[in-house]
Amino acid sequence: MMDKVIMAGFGGQGIMFLGKVLAYAGMTTDLELCWIPSYGPEMRGGTANCSVILSDEEIHSPVVDLADAVVVMNQPAYERFKSRVKPGGVLIVNSSLATTDNKREDITIIEIPASEIANNLGNASIANMVCLGALLPNMRLADWESVEKTMEKLTIKRPEFLQGNLDAIKKGIEFAN
Amino acid sequence: MKKVFERTKGLSDAHFTFCPGCTHGTIMRLIAEVMDELNIIEDTIGVSPVGCAGFCQDFFTCDFVGAAHGRAQAVGTGIKRSLPDKMVFTYQGDGDIAAIGTQHAIHCAARGEKITSIMVNNAIYGMTGGQMAPTTLEGMKTTTSPYGRDPISVGMPMDFPKIIANIPGAVYVASVSVDSPKNINKAKKAIKKAFQVQQAGLGFALVSVLSTCPTNWGLSPVDSLKWLRENMLPIYELGELKETEEVKSL
Amino acid sequence: MERVLMKGNEIIGEAAIQAGCKLFFGYPITPSTEVIEYLSANLPPKGGTVLQAEDEIGAINMCYGAACTGNRVLTASSSPGISLKQEGISFAAAVELPMVLVNVNRCGPGLGGLGPAQSDYFQSTKGGGHGDYRLIVLAPSKAQELYDYTMEAFDLADQYRNPVMVHTDGFLGQTMEPVVLKERPQAPDVNKDWIVTGAKNREKRILASYSLTNEVGEANNIAWENKYKEIQDKEQRWESFHTEDAEYLLVSYGTTGRICKSTVLNARKKGIKLGLIRPITLWPFPEKGIKPLLNQIKGILTVELNTGQMIEDVKLAAECKVPVKLYRRQGGMLPTEDEILENLEKIFQPEESGEVRN
Repeated sequence: MMDKVIMAGFGGQGIMFLGKVLAYAGMTTDLELCWIPSYGPEMRGGTANCSVILSDEEIHSPVVDLADAVVVMNQPAYERFKSRVKPGGVLIVNSSLATTDNKREDITIIEIPASEIANNLGNASIANMVCLGALLPNMRLADWESVEKTMEKLTIKRPEFLQGNLDAIKKGIEFAN
Repeated sequence: MKKVFERTKGLSDAHFTFCPGCTHGTIMRLIAEVMDELNIIEDTIGVSPVGCAGFCQDFFTCDFVGAAHGRAQAVGTGIKRSLPDKMVFTYQGDGDIAAIGTQHAIHCAARGEKITSIMVNNAIYGMTGGQMAPTTLEGMKTTTSPYGRDPISVGMPMDFPKIIANIPGAVYVASVSVDSPKNINKAKKAIKKAFQVQQAGLGFALVSVLSTCPTNWGLSPVDSLKWLRENMLPIYELGELKETEEVKSL
Repeated sequence: MERVLMKGNEIIGEAAIQAGCKLFFGYPITPSTEVIEYLSANLPPKGGTVLQAEDEIGAINMCYGAACTGNRVLTASSSPGISLKQEGISFAAAVELPMVLVNVNRCGPGLGGLGPAQSDYFQSTKGGGHGDYRLIVLAPSKAQELYDYTMEAFDLADQYRNPVMVHTDGFLGQTMEPVVLKERPQAPDVNKDWIVTGAKNREKRILASYSLTNEVGEANNIAWENKYKEIQDKEQRWESFHTEDAEYLLVSYGTTGRICKSTVLNARKKGIKLGLIRPITLWPFPEKGIKPLLNQIKGILTVELNTGQMIEDVKLAAECKVPVKLYRRQGGMLPTEDEILENLEKIFQPEESGEVRN
């Protein structure tokens, strides 16, 4: 069993972190995994994307051509990655910053106003976690339990950030369900 | 019979292979005497360059590492960082240290690398047969400046020790000459101090030594010394160009 | 044993520490910079030294100096930086200095791009610098191998008194994967009776590479040649993947080597008897892995991230007995497993005669 996920958005939207949460969640359940950043010369700005593979068997090819799930957090990311969802897969769109057109019939599209939800929670920078929440019900190898455990670890030095992140993830899960 | 002079322990019994009148041999003897006097021969690793100066590895009795052209101070840095308790010195010609190896020389000084560098400046590339060096004097004829060094085309000669003296990490910089017994004595004192600076761990020390190249200058050994005095001394100021307070109190 | 999630470049740094590396000299360059960053944070607390040099040339020559003293030393860079180091690597090979070099390949020529590539294969395996020398070149394909091969590189360097290169790429360097940080088994005991540490109670030593006479020069070259032959004889390494009954063979290393494993599995699902030789040593090239298969296979496809470099070594190994073709991506692009299979099918039109394995 294997989950391949692509995440994309603006630099600064926490795309890499979103991927890392999934990757570390895979570590808590002893999965095989790859976290693959798109790396470039810029430290900030521009578009950012990364992909994560979670698997219960050895991962040979780490190249994610078509993904089981794709998260796009802005319009350019939507344009670039909408075709990279496997037939039958899921496309999660941050509808606060991206509008969809010519919707593919062969995939499930979840349009979630992630930035708006994050703003309502009082922290615009956790829209990525809202998207993560929307992603979780659509994953086979990551779930609330492993992600919660991971968030505890990742915020160990900044415990004040834990609850806000968990709340955002929960909102996302509720929306997707 | 009483022995009044003998070869210093710092030099091996290999015969110098330098051209008649070349002052490399004198400079090497001074370094060897200094190592002997400081009792550091067994604790010293020398780094030899490329060029006539490169032969030095055969003449000293301490361990030696041969570096690529210009890289002696980077190699010396590697040795010193690996063995901080050992003494490390580089022996380099003007082309090696002030042309192809400039970046290493400047940054070795900038880091305050605790090594000693001896630069031998004879204003020409000796081993390759007399080409222009960064230190070649204005109007001086070499095989690559056959009409004389033209400052408009290739700039003025570089007074390299003065450049190094501007760098904070260089704590002792001296410019000396071996054209006369008096200057030879001064040169030895400077070389000794440059090693003592390293022993005390104060920073980078450079001694530039004005030297001759009778073969490529096309002069007799005696005339070469005269030429050095008349032409190089006015351009390359002698003396202790830089000496920090710590060095002075050594 | 601890299983941790780390970036490939950081794994190299940790492996070096575990292998007893005492010194690192380097210069930042994407996509290899995490090696120097990781070691800057983690080597000095363990008593080691990290120095950011003025440039790549300085860094390799610092490695050269440190290696002369017998301590384990590492440098890491990426393609253009490795080009700058070539003079120093040639000198290190000539003085027979053990040191480990990491090339996190990006694409070229020139400044190129930051994407993964294998376009430095020739440079790594055929000398790279001037003169006639060889590096031992190891090619990891995943996180655990970055760790294991880097540690082993130090042992091989000491054993053969030769620089060893870990040839990886930006993809492996930037990707995070789990790795088990195994402790290094006791390194083989190597008598370093050649190092310079000061001539105390022994004759002075000179570590240099200048041969004053042609006769001495030839004798040196023959001695090095004999060493290289011994390495070729003893150290060829490769992984065979589904080769027992293979009718067609992929040869690919590093990132594409692991992609090709998925290609093999997909081909087997279709009944195509495909196998893979994944070279672990790029030099010595593992011809011993290929030659025994020549009577059973009908074609070889090399999969590379360059214009076709390793294919020359594969052709030599294949002795003109089977056709050897190339499928390549360049400029930082990676092929997918299906893309490789499609091209294999197009080139060789294999029969789908084998048992369908899922």
